Amino acid sequence: MSYNWNWGIFVSTTPTGDTTYLGWMLSGLQTTIALSLSAWIIALAIGSIMGVLRTVPSRWLSGIAAVYVEAFRNIPLLVQLFIWYFVLPELLPAALGNSFKQMNPTAQQFLSSMVCLGFFTGARVCEQVRAGINSLPPGQKNAGLALGFTLPQTYRHVLVPMAFRLIVPPLTSEFLNIFKNSAVCSTIGLLELAAQGRQLVDYTAQPYESFIAVTVMYVGINVIVMTLMRKVERRSRVPGYIGGK
Amino acid sequence: MISIRNVSKSYGSFRVLADCSTEVARSEVVVVCGPSGSGKSTLIKCVNGLEPFQRGEIVVNGISVGDPKTDLPGLRSHVGMVFQNFELFPHMTITENLTIAQVEVLGRSREEATERGMGLLDRVGLKAHAGKHPGQLSGGQQQRVAIARALAMDPICMLFDEPTSALDPEMINEVLDVMVELAQEGMTMMVVTHEMGFARKVAHRVIFMDHGRIVEDAKKEDFFGTPRSERAQQFLSKILHH
Ligand SMILES: Nc1ncnc2c1ncn2[C@@H]1O[C@H](COP(=O)(O)OP(=O)(O)OP(=O)(O)O)[C@@H](O)[C@H]1O
Ligand SMILES: [Mg+2]
Repeated sequence: MSYNWNWGIFVSTTPTGDTTYLGWMLSGLQTTIALSLSAWIIALAIGSIMGVLRTVPSRWLSGIAAVYVEAFRNIPLLVQLFIWYFVLPELLPAALGNSFKQMNPTAQQFLSSMVCLGFFTGARVCEQVRAGINSLPPGQKNAGLALGFTLPQTYRHVLVPMAFRLIVPPLTSEFLNIFKNSAVCSTIGLLELAAQGRQLVDYTAQPYESFIAVTVMYVGINVIVMTLMRKVERRSRVPGYIGGK
Repeated sequence: MISIRNVSKSYGSFRVLADCSTEVARSEVVVVCGPSGSGKSTLIKCVNGLEPFQRGEIVVNGISVGDPKTDLPGLRSHVGMVFQNFELFPHMTITENLTIAQVEVLGRSREEATERGMGLLDRVGLKAHAGKHPGQLSGGQQQRVAIARALAMDPICMLFDEPTSALDPEMINEVLDVMVELAQEGMTMMVVTHEMGFARKVAHRVIFMDHGRIVEDAKKEDFFGTPRSERAQQFLSKILHH
C-alpha cells in the first residue's frame, strides 16, 4: 500500500475558506484547553468541599458526599454527558431550560461538557482529598481544636492545607485525565481537538498527518501540565516532613 | 481550677473511665500514671472536651465542660495541651505555629502575636529556629515549641499527655526542664507521665489509674512512701527499677 504523505495540507485553506486546516486544529486545541481548565476549576471546588464533608463527624453531611461520589464515579462518563446535554435541559424549570436552548449550539455543548467533566472529575478529586485528610495523624485535628480553633477553622488552617500538599501527585494525574476525557465531548458535537482531528480526516483524506498532529498536541498538553504540576509540587513541599501516620 | 466528678465513659460496652473523681487546685501539679490502656489519655482529653463522656461532670475554671451550651473552643483556647507526638503543624514555620491561634482565636494582631511567640521561643531556647519547619527540628526541640505554642495562648492551666514518651532518652531532660520551670512558676498542671523523677521534683499529687479507675490519689510523699494499693506498688517497682 502506498500512502501519499502531504504535510502541506495544514497550510491549505479549508472549504469554508476562512482559515487553514491548521486553524481548525488550533481552534480545537483552544476548545480542549478552555474546556479542561474550566472543568478543572469546578472539579477542584466541588471535590474539595465534598472531600472535606466525607471526613466530618456528621453522618448526614458525610452521607451526602458519599452519595455524590458513588453516583458520579459509577455512571459511565458518556452516559453522564448525555444526561447533562439531552436530559437535564428538559427537567429544568421552563424559564431556565428555555434560556439554555436559546443559546447557540456551541455554547450549549461547551456548557454541558464543562459541568459534566467538572462533576465527574470532582468525584475523583473528592476521594483524593478524603484520603489526604485521613492520612494525617489523628492528633493534628486534636491539636487544632485544643488551641481553640473551631472545627471549620481546624480544617481551614490545619487539615486541608496539609492534605493538599500530600495529594499533589494524584491530583496531577486527575488533571491529566480531564484533558483526555474531554475527547468524549466530541460525541455531542463539540468541536474540540479530537473532533477537529476527525473532521480533518473527512475533509483531506490524510488520516496519518491528522492524527499525528492531534497526538502531538495532546502530548504537548501533557508535558506542559506535568511541568507545571512539578513546580507546584516543589513549591508545596513541606521542609523536613516525612510521611503521614 | 479543674474539678472532675464521677466521670464515666464507655465505648459500647467497654468501660474506659469508671466513676473518676479528682480535683486540681490553682497552681497545683498533678501527675497521672498507670499502665497502658488504663484511661489516662482519655481522662485528660475529657478535661478540655476533646473526648465526650457519658456520666459525671468536669468543671474547669467554673465552666462545665460537658454542658452542650458551653463554648468549647473558647474554653480550650485557655487550656493548654501538649501531646505525645508534639502535633506541630508541619506545613507552617515555627513562627506561624506559635502565632496562628493567637491571631485567629484570640484576635491578636500579627505583631503582638509574633512578639509573644518569639518571647516564648526564646524562653525554651529555640529563638534561632523561628524560620524553620517542624520537620527540621529534633523531637525534643519540637516538643519545646509545642509547649511554647500552648503558653502563647496565656493558658489558665496546662494538660500534658505523655510529653516525653516519644522522645529519645537524651532529649527527655530538655523538655522536662521546661516543664519543671513552668511548675515552679505556679502553673496549674495535669501531667500524664511515667517520669517519676519529674513527679518527685515538682508534683503535689500523684494519681494512679488502672482499668479506667482512679485507684490511688495521694500526696506525692504518701504515694512514693507507701502506696496503698498493691497494683500501684507493683507498677511503681516496675517503672522505678526499669
Ligand atoms: N475510639 C476508641 N474506641 C474503642 N476503644 C478505645 C478508643 N480509644 C481508646 N480506647 C480504649 O480505651 C482504653 C483507654 O485508652 P487510653 O488511650 O485512655 O489509655 P492510656 O492510659 O492513655 O494508655 P497509653 O499509656 O497506652 O497511652 C484503651 O483500652 C483503649 O484501647
Ligand atoms: Mg495515652
